[in-house]
Amino acid sequence: MAEEKKFAGYICTGCGLGERLDAGQLETTATRDGKMQSCKQHEMLCNAEGVQMIKDDIANDDVTHVMIAACSRRAKVEAFNFTDVALTRANLREGVIWVRPDTDENSETTQEMADDYIRMACAELKSMTKPSASGEQSLNKNILVVGGGVTGMTAAIEAAAAGYPVHLVEKSGKLGGAIGGYYKVIPNRSPYDAPAENPVPGMVAAIEADDKITVHLNSTLAKTEGAPGRFNVEVATESGSSETLTIGAIVQASGWKPYDAGQLPEFAYDKSADVVTNHELEALAVAANGGPIKRPSDGKEVQSVCFIQNAGQCSDKEGHLSYFAGVTDLVSIKQAMYFKELNGDCDTTILFDNLRTPGAGGEDFYRAGQEAMVTFSKGIASEVVTGDSLTVKFEDKILNEETEMVCDLVVLATGMEPNSGPDPYAQLMVDEAEDEEEKAKAQAALENAPPSILNLQYRQGTDLPHLKNGFNDSHFICFPYESRRTGIYAAGPVRRPMDAQQARDDATGAALKAIQAAENAGKGRAAHPRSGDLSFPSFRKEGCTQCKRCTVECPFGAINEDEEGYPMYNESRCRRCGTCMGACPVRVISFENYSVETVNQQIKNVEIPEEWDEKPRILVLACENDAYPALDQAAQAGVEINPWARVIPVRCLGSVSLSWVTDALNNGYDGIVMMGCRRDDDYQCHFVRGSAMAAERMSKVGDTLDTLNLEPERVILHEVAITDVERAPQLINDMAETVEKIGLSPFKF
Amino acid sequence: MSDLNTAMIEKYRSSFLKEVEANVEEGEWVKMCMQCGVCSGSCPLGKHWDHPPQELFMMIRANKRDEVLGTDSMWMCTSCYNCIARCPRGLPITHIMHGLAVYSKRLGLVQKKQPTAEFSQIFWDNLMKKGRVNELKLGLSMYFKDGFGQGIKNAMANQKLGQNMMKAKRMNAMEFFGGHSVKDLSGFQKMVKKAQEIEEGNLKDAK
Repeated sequence: MAEEKKFAGYICTGCGLGERLDAGQLETTATRDGKMQSCKQHEMLCNAEGVQMIKDDIANDDVTHVMIAACSRRAKVEAFNFTDVALTRANLREGVIWVRPDTDENSETTQEMADDYIRMACAELKSMTKPSASGEQSLNKNILVVGGGVTGMTAAIEAAAAGYPVHLVEKSGKLGGAIGGYYKVIPNRSPYDAPAENPVPGMVAAIEADDKITVHLNSTLAKTEGAPGRFNVEVATESGSSETLTIGAIVQASGWKPYDAGQLPEFAYDKSADVVTNHELEALAVAANGGPIKRPSDGKEVQSVCFIQNAGQCSDKEGHLSYFAGVTDLVSIKQAMYFKELNGDCDTTILFDNLRTPGAGGEDFYRAGQEAMVTFSKGIASEVVTGDSLTVKFEDKILNEETEMVCDLVVLATGMEPNSGPDPYAQLMVDEAEDEEEKAKAQAALENAPPSILNLQYRQGTDLPHLKNGFNDSHFICFPYESRRTGIYAAGPVRRPMDAQQARDDATGAALKAIQAAENAGKGRAAHPRSGDLSFPSFRKEGCTQCKRCTVECPFGAINEDEEGYPMYNESRCRRCGTCMGACPVRVISFENYSVETVNQQIKNVEIPEEWDEKPRILVLACENDAYPALDQAAQAGVEINPWARVIPVRCLGSVSLSWVTDALNNGYDGIVMMGCRRDDDYQCHFVRGSAMAAERMSKVGDTLDTLNLEPERVILHEVAITDVERAPQLINDMAETVEKIGLSPFKF
Repeated sequence: MSDLNTAMIEKYRSSFLKEVEANVEEGEWVKMCMQCGVCSGSCPLGKHWDHPPQELFMMIRANKRDEVLGTDSMWMCTSCYNCIARCPRGLPITHIMHGLAVYSKRLGLVQKKQPTAEFSQIFWDNLMKKGRVNELKLGLSMYFKDGFGQGIKNAMANQKLGQNMMKAKRMNAMEFFGGHSVKDLSGFQKMVKKAQEIEEGNLKDAK
């Protein structure tokens, strides 16, 4: 439907804008240069009256495109929330008056800045259309939970309690998972003074009684295709039958597996039946059936037991886990208290190096263990010698001596390994390895990949990506609950090592995220961090060369390929970062309100003064997630920014098209500063790979500069954190100094 | 070796920690130490101790009875209370040190010539005579504790201080002859005797 476009500009004169800037001139700029069909001023545009004025114009005058010149696009978002129009914001407050000194000699450049931001906003608006959902969205309230342990059962119970039907798929023949066979669990409520009752039987009963939850035992996922809101999942049972479910969103709670203590010969795990892991001790405690725990070799009642903490974990030795399971000290305290409860006056020693008891009740539980006369010795065990009894040799770290103790039973506090599927980026890790050792490690990981759990029919692999050590975590800083496969949430110990209570909390969060994802998918709205965004990428098919860069580089694996190799965007999997847009060499990918053209227009509509004016222009492409807010905060703090800078927020540095850089240089900009998020292993990019992709693409910008015969210093890419309030403006000012040193660009026409 | 010591060894053969819990003032706190070492780091005299408090607690838990009761470390405590103020677990460390000292003294295990132990005995004996401390006599006892010759040397060294104290009426030479006592001396002595009986009784019960 060809819609009549009507452009309206609104200039706010509140917050000092009216005093510092010539609003009349801004209005002229908007109507004459910006081609706004109407332009109004208001002394406080964000108040009820101002907002109503805009609403009225939209309703009565058929305004379809709105340009608001006021504060930063990050401010007053609730007030300026007009969903029926294409909207842009010229940042005159944080972008101009707050970063420039209020003096007569600066008023000219300040006004120039403001005029430019108006031109940019108007030009951007001209190439925007109102975002609306793709039409492929659908609401499906079914939640699929993969894994029937504590995590999976909690997610199922919580989602069902919120009114969403749940399919719970469990590989084994019964619910309960690892904890199902445990004697007791770490206490989760005050006074945290004794091991607590195992919650599993109660949860199983709750699930059986819940008619919103369908349990699929002895079942796995043979195939998962589609996207949030329209997943088609083939559930296969052991007996060979299968059933296809339509699902809105997925929680993966595939749990953990105990570390293989066979790799600890020094502790005689293979030699003596009386050396057990913490996981195995649970079975001994259950088998004791309320009586004293007996040692496995000869059934003797255990009178002395030694717990060796950090057995095969927190260690850089070959075959050991490099990380700490986080909960195994609490587990040992719990198990030591089993002996105090069941074995009378049993000597119970915990050999620890760093005792870590996280959680609200961790410290109280530790004290309770001490009260119960569990002996905590700071020492590192080196060897277990077998005999009639076991002899544990250890270094006492307090008394600084090599010593030993004799006991009936040794419990190894071993770590937890994730029960995750194969990493879709295992091959990439091999390709990107920086040295031979890393490459060999990555190659081994690729070859020993576990079987798939989700069997996703995605262009980018069958399962959730790993973050570290095989765990399916997503992003520990920017969105701890979001994942890299939209609408699929990892929860519980597959995400990171945790105990039953943490797993229950985690599962509750994941269930709510899954519900949110299903609902969002129903409305065609994006998930974090562009929550609620309706715009989605589309491409001009006739221009596409099927190069597959977008399908390969999408950090969320959102894009599949059709039979001919054209991209298929799956808007409900998409996070709207625009990394595909930045990747596209032929520039055919765009969003309704964000495209190569919208930014290009902004770049081109900055007025570039003649060379003899000695007013350089510096283009700043700032990531809207971290760098742009850092600049806003700098403005609030009154940090000055050079008057030559023109800042354009981008969705992610990954969306930056190399053509913007080339065009800006050709248009006479003197310097370009790009600000994205940290991109190494501890990345802070909200879109995971965007910043890294940008850095890689921009490494080729040198060729462009060479062709234009320009100095390489004119283009620079920085990693900026949201906390870089002083540094971010400084980086821009640094570029101004650089330009001063090397001189203005010769490309000013 | 005293009879009491032999009896205690027999009774708590396997666990010195339990012996400490039962017989040492505030001893039931020892198991609550979490080995952070803040006490050792806070002790102004810590570097002069063979075993700082944290280590003593660990030795108790490691059944090192002879080493703990035989060390003079707990006698080094000056009761500055730094450790108590700082212990994150709230252990009354100063009191436990005193408790350990008292217990080792009772068992006859204190090192010979341990200065704090000697001073404590002199202080106690002095106090018991009149129900109050006779500072002149306390000073003299300290001067002469290592023999007459050393006593004269000590007295000469502090001659000026003594004279000044007398001038300022902070010390009275006449106190040397008898010295004055508390109002109800026999009542005081009865009270102390009763307290000692109770304490001995507790230990006998422990036997």
